[in-house]
Amino acid sequence: MQSHILKIAARHLLLPFTIMSIIILWRGHNQPGGGFIGGLVAASAFILYNVAYGVQDAKKILRLDPRTLIGIGLAIALFSALLSVFLRMPFMTGMWVDVFLPLLGHQHFGTPLLFDTGVYLTVLGVILTVVFTLSEES
Amino acid sequence: MELLYTFLAIFPIAFISPYIVRQKSTWGWTLALVPAAIFILLLRFVTDVSHGHTEILALNWLPTLDISLMLYIDGLSLLFALIISFIGFLIIIYASGYFHHNNYAGRFYMIVLLFMGAMLGVVLAGNLFTMFVFWELTSFTSYLLIGWNHEKEESRWAALQSLIVTGGGGLALFAGLILMRLIVGSFDIADILSQPELIRSHSFYIPVLILVALGAFTKSAQFPFHFWLPGAMAAPTPVSAYLHSATMVKAGIYLLARLNPVLGGTAEWTTVITLVGGLTMVTGAALALPQNDLKKLLAYTTVSALGMITLLIGLGTSLAIKAAMVFLLVHSLYKGSLFMVAGGIDHAAGTRDVRLLSGLGRLLPFTATAGLLAALSMSGLPPFFGFIGKELVYEANLHAPQWVWILTATGLFANAVNVTVAIVVGIRPFWGQKHEKLGHGHEGPLGLWLGPLIAAAAGLLLGLYPAWVAKPLFSPTVSAILAQDYSVKLKLWHGLNTALLLSFLTILVGILLYVVRANFARIQQRLAVLQPIYPSMLFKNGLNKFLFLSDKATRALQNGNLYVYLITIFSVMAAGLWLQVISSYNINVKIDFHDFNFIDLGIVMLMIVATFMAILTRGRLTAVTALGVIGFGVALIYILHGAPDVAITQLVIETLTVVLFVLILYRFPRFTLLSKKSTRMRDASLAVLVGFMMTSLLLMKNSAESLANISPFFVENSVIKAHGHNIVNVILVDFRGIDTLGEITVLSVAALGVYALLKLKMGAKEK
Amino acid sequence: MVLLYAILIGVMFGAAVYLLLRRSIVKLVFGLVLLSQATNLFIFTIGGYEKNNPPLVEKGQLVPTAPYVDPLPQALILTAIVISFGVLAFTMVLMHRAHESIGTDDLHQMRDTDK
Repeated sequence: MQSHILKIAARHLLLPFTIMSIIILWRGHNQPGGGFIGGLVAASAFILYNVAYGVQDAKKILRLDPRTLIGIGLAIALFSALLSVFLRMPFMTGMWVDVFLPLLGHQHFGTPLLFDTGVYLTVLGVILTVVFTLSEES
Repeated sequence: MELLYTFLAIFPIAFISPYIVRQKSTWGWTLALVPAAIFILLLRFVTDVSHGHTEILALNWLPTLDISLMLYIDGLSLLFALIISFIGFLIIIYASGYFHHNNYAGRFYMIVLLFMGAMLGVVLAGNLFTMFVFWELTSFTSYLLIGWNHEKEESRWAALQSLIVTGGGGLALFAGLILMRLIVGSFDIADILSQPELIRSHSFYIPVLILVALGAFTKSAQFPFHFWLPGAMAAPTPVSAYLHSATMVKAGIYLLARLNPVLGGTAEWTTVITLVGGLTMVTGAALALPQNDLKKLLAYTTVSALGMITLLIGLGTSLAIKAAMVFLLVHSLYKGSLFMVAGGIDHAAGTRDVRLLSGLGRLLPFTATAGLLAALSMSGLPPFFGFIGKELVYEANLHAPQWVWILTATGLFANAVNVTVAIVVGIRPFWGQKHEKLGHGHEGPLGLWLGPLIAAAAGLLLGLYPAWVAKPLFSPTVSAILAQDYSVKLKLWHGLNTALLLSFLTILVGILLYVVRANFARIQQRLAVLQPIYPSMLFKNGLNKFLFLSDKATRALQNGNLYVYLITIFSVMAAGLWLQVISSYNINVKIDFHDFNFIDLGIVMLMIVATFMAILTRGRLTAVTALGVIGFGVALIYILHGAPDVAITQLVIETLTVVLFVLILYRFPRFTLLSKKSTRMRDASLAVLVGFMMTSLLLMKNSAESLANISPFFVENSVIKAHGHNIVNVILVDFRGIDTLGEITVLSVAALGVYALLKLKMGAKEK
Repeated sequence: MVLLYAILIGVMFGAAVYLLLRRSIVKLVFGLVLLSQATNLFIFTIGGYEKNNPPLVEKGQLVPTAPYVDPLPQALILTAIVISFGVLAFTMVLMHRAHESIGTDDLHQMRDTDK
């Protein structure tokens, strides 16, 4: 698997794919997308890289151990669910704030997005754990 | 509310405690601040509660399901919670000495704090279901602590035995609580306590009584379930002092006292509780006599004391309830203290065998003082709190509505044995000449003697000033158990009366028993022929038989042949579906082609062809390709029929599946034809049957559009309540977020499973 | 149309069952894949697939334009797809390990290994 074209493609597609996956995550609440799909798309980018350059390089470019991603993802999801309890509301009550961001204008942030981010990271971590482990083994 | 939050904080603190102790092993005592804080917060409720108020603190969890965390604070729960936090405070200080240089001390603090939280939960919970959860948590932490020395088989067995006995009782209790809910319609203690007549006259009353009593008896080590408690002495001494004398074993008593207003007062209740309590009291006392191990001696007298309290609750008169509660506090103080003294002796002398222990007083002056004070309270001598407790017990026995003589006689015996054991454990090891086999022990670290000394001193102090606790604490407690106002007055001196005479007699008999003590071991040896019918042996044999049977059953049912499992599953499924089809006489399959289009037809035809290819091909690559075609076909169907999210997911997953196949599939051998033709025909006919059933099921469902649907709620509220325009996503992350949380957890576990399966093998190879 | 999908789903279920009953591990895995596809499609179809609008709300509106597809089965299927991938990966690795340590891919010879 030492195709030159594949290598170039993998290197240049990594960033656009990752950005796209984050956009998918971000807009998922209102349009098709969300944490599951976003996580899968991001995972695909890294897997492409893995196929082109091998697992060691793919791991290096990810920096974090994918299992750490699983942990972070689950922790974020759980935290977003518990946030309402800290504020003395029932478990998993959705909470929203309006934030003004430069360039983007008024944005609506809520715990569901936080939760979806947790889903995103977990899915990414899960898929990469499986694929990296399998690739390392062969 | 501070109490509620501090209570909840115990659990996270428990989990970080190993890290605190790891910083510096002597920092263990800082954890005693937790029970101290609880104790102080509880004291703030004393004034209110003593005026007859019941405080309810609630934290909503899932209000739509009516689930909340509620603390119910009346006299009864306050008394227990104060004992738990006070003794807990002393125990942690004591443990900081006991586990002075122990690498696993952190683990110990963690479990003990967890236990303390659970135990407080049991007595403070305002809802029987919450109480039950904490109840089970105490059994579980107790299991971990009894099995502390897990490298010893004896410890492991003792731990397992206690878990099975108390866990089994817990199941019975759970059934009883559910029945009670069926009667009352609520788990809330306030609701249940308001319906005494309803419960007592209900046809479920007897089952509830038996099941709840089973839960209480197993937990509080009542005959014939008493045997786990002496076994539990395999635990480290702080545990024995805390769980197995002062607190956990009293959970059963708490339960009986708590439910006395609704379950008590009937002839059945009085008979069952009194009888079992009395039997336990006498058995525990009799079994204590021949023991030579300090902790075993204390354990059997604990059994006896628990029996006495149970008996008093069974009697149910106001005098008996008052005696039960006062004796409960008395017992917690002196027994906790004596256990800690026993641990101190063990620490200094290296043995707990009373035949070897003597003359330690000069070496261990503080421990000796604590032992002496506690022993005097246990013997019931004035001016100790134990004296007041024992006088009340005799008074209750003498004024019992029935069985006065037998109650008084057995009570005298149990109390006399207490005197004997008090002398053996608390006094004798410190007097006389030092035994030549003992080394040059010395007083342990401060923690080792401070805890028992405080507890024992409290026994003296409360004896001198009983009014401190009488009205503020015991009046509301007894009122709560009796469900009527009752004012408790405690005095040290009641004048010359029958109870005082009995007290005097008790001391005499106790000293007499002490003198002839050596003979009891011989009697016990003679009785060894009866061993097969000891409850502990019955339990052990029964457990072995049960394991044998379950082994047989498992081998028969779980025979390890996947083919047999699958054939069974699919045959049952097909048969069940057939039944469904036959029983629904309204078969009205609507077949029309008004929405027919060629795109759908094309996709479906392609997928059917691919499916057959996947079955029939001999090449693995062909099969993978065929599966790929099916997968993309499914994605197309999703796209065409309004499911963009699902379609994208399906597409990406389909690609990933191919990657997965590529990574792993070539490691398997090529397909070979393994089955005979007849087998294949049989499997094929089953497959056709299942397929046909699914087709007809689908047609039936579509012919009868029905069932109340929850989807409209999601659709209508998606934008308004959840601020999301993609309803599928809103369902995933908001409406059904808990499901998703569970699902990503499952995913994580699967990934970790893959990781473990492959990495562990690599580790094995390196070896 | 219902009939068309009903037949497809029936064929897929039948094929899945047949594959699951084979003695070769690899066919078992294929059967699992097919079974989850068939089940997802089954749930999707009973959710009423005839209505063609996706359950998305246009900007400025409060409910999707009718007739829209039921969103609940879609949410169920979406997670089911991802989970079955996780389970599939785990199953395949498990089988791979079993195959490695036992040395056969014949399920009939894989019994009695836990004795």
